[in-house]
Amino acid sequence: MKYSPWSEDAARVLLATLSDEKGPVLMALQLMQKEFGYVDKACVELIANYFNKSRADVHGVLTFYHDLQTTPPTQHQISICVAEACQAVGARELSSAMKAKFADEVKDAYCFGNCALGPAAMVDGKIIGRATLAKIEKART
Amino acid sequence: MRVFVPCDSAAISVGADEVADAIAQLDPSIEIIRNGSRGALWLETLVEVDTPTGRIAYGPVNPENVQSLFDADFLNGGSHPLFLGKTHEIEWLASQDRVTFARVGIVDPLSLDDYRAHGGLIGLRKAIKLSSDALINEVTESGLRGRGGAGFPAGIKWRTVAQSYGSQKYICCNADEGDSGTFADRMLIEGDPFTLIEGMTIAGIAVGATQGIVYLRSEYPYAIATLQKAIDIARQSDWLGSRVLGTTNSFDISIRVGAGSYVCGEETAMLESIEGKRGVVRAKPPLPAVEGLFGQPTVINNVLTLSTVPMILAEGAATYKARGVGRSLGTQVFQLAGNIARGGIVEKAFGITLNELVNTYGGGTLSGRPLRAIQIGGPLGAYFSTAHMDTSMDYESLIAAGGMLGHGGVVLFDESVDLAIQAKFAMEFCAIESCGKCTPCRIGSTRGAETIDLIIQGVRVDENKKLLLDLCEVMTDGSLCAMGGLTPLPVKSAMLNFPSDFNGVRR
Repeated sequence: MKYSPWSEDAARVLLATLSDEKGPVLMALQLMQKEFGYVDKACVELIANYFNKSRADVHGVLTFYHDLQTTPPTQHQISICVAEACQAVGARELSSAMKAKFADEVKDAYCFGNCALGPAAMVDGKIIGRATLAKIEKART
Repeated sequence: MRVFVPCDSAAISVGADEVADAIAQLDPSIEIIRNGSRGALWLETLVEVDTPTGRIAYGPVNPENVQSLFDADFLNGGSHPLFLGKTHEIEWLASQDRVTFARVGIVDPLSLDDYRAHGGLIGLRKAIKLSSDALINEVTESGLRGRGGAGFPAGIKWRTVAQSYGSQKYICCNADEGDSGTFADRMLIEGDPFTLIEGMTIAGIAVGATQGIVYLRSEYPYAIATLQKAIDIARQSDWLGSRVLGTTNSFDISIRVGAGSYVCGEETAMLESIEGKRGVVRAKPPLPAVEGLFGQPTVINNVLTLSTVPMILAEGAATYKARGVGRSLGTQVFQLAGNIARGGIVEKAFGITLNELVNTYGGGTLSGRPLRAIQIGGPLGAYFSTAHMDTSMDYESLIAAGGMLGHGGVVLFDESVDLAIQAKFAMEFCAIESCGKCTPCRIGSTRGAETIDLIIQGVRVDENKKLLLDLCEVMTDGSLCAMGGLTPLPVKSAMLNFPSDFNGVRR
């Protein structure tokens, strides 16, 4: 996935698109992550000032949601579902094997709604059913 | 010549995009329609050919099969090892009672013409001629209950919102389908999004709300893209906007995307999240129907609840409620998942038995090893053993059996499952996903996982089992919402139905 390098000026331009939204803080953080691949630490104060919130409000939202990350993304992003329906078809073992092979590119996730064709994974935004190490590796290239 | 290749993300996950590309490459003159999935997910990618006598199906097709389909003259229904006959005659599909899912898999999800040709907008056209009172009466009369899991009568909720005063009422659709083993909301949005938009528009007219919001989880990127396109199309026609179908009613819909939080499927946490805050559960009262989103009266319904409303209005409440048993009226969209041979969507009237779902439709386990456990109703639902196969699948019977219907997910596990490990996972999941508001949920979940770990290791087993049950009682009684309140359900049902997994000796 392609992301822009972090830039406070670019961030301000993006935040302006949310001026008319009610309750914009979560949307603002999501927008930052979508553009830059992560939420830079400067975003907390920037968003707080922009929307007249406290830094604690923004920090609280940033740290509540699993999707939001504060460090730049890895080159590939792989998620493996480790919830019950995928556990029933070997997701625990696959998750371990994937972490051994692709290290910190791999994150556990809870459900992509592909529960009849598990194990389910998401590789750089593409969904994989009946996932195996080989399929993940192929989708990653 | 028209060929159907599903765009449903389950089909895409096993190669539907590549199949469509391969067909287009071999014969560019073919019109490829990306329909939703029929719901027989084990047959994906299910390719259908439009013939003068009806649609003919082949499946499961993978990209490597495509050349051989052409060789077998599949465009004229030629014989091939993957030939399945006429789609509507496939027993697994033909025996279902598709109401909410009537159009899913049949229509092009983003064609309004197709939607109208298959009965779309009949419900809304009826709704705009009715008074608010008559409209809500029709929904109440149908017996429709909340399909998200709580089972609250939809009409009564709508009535409360209609009678509450607010300057801007809202219709919030809960599409934060976080339960493992459930995917009906996703499939409906990807396969027939206009039905949801129609249901929300009807709800808006009924209660006097002009703004609809769909809270859709980030784990469903394909559904987000499809729904946004469908909303844009409905805005460009005479549907969404300031004059709904030429009337003085105004209604519009926007999407709010979740950020990876299971508890945000709880309705008050969802409201907090839409308001841009931490997804922390609110105490009730006030009910969201009185003081909901931004403090305004708010209808919160699940995708399936709202998407059933157009069908109820089109067919009439009496027709809908003629299906089902007791107080569970109409149909339920069951989702068969996990270690299952024939997984997918089975929509049937309430009252079908667990055995019919698991064996007649599901065909038992995928691995072929004996079935051992079935979890019904998501991560907060009970684990049942094969002794429960005659249970009637409806709200009341499942509660009587010690479980709950939830959002209708049925997850199979073969004999390799260890229920103590599953019980521990239930506690761990609660610890990860708890919003942190209630102490029994926030801290009890971690203590619960530790206690189950001791039982697994054989440390003071009887003492720890007693402690665990005591903790479960505190969580059930001392938590505001279902996250902490129902996490004990999978734990206690596992202990009750699979006692041999909790004796400190590993299987």
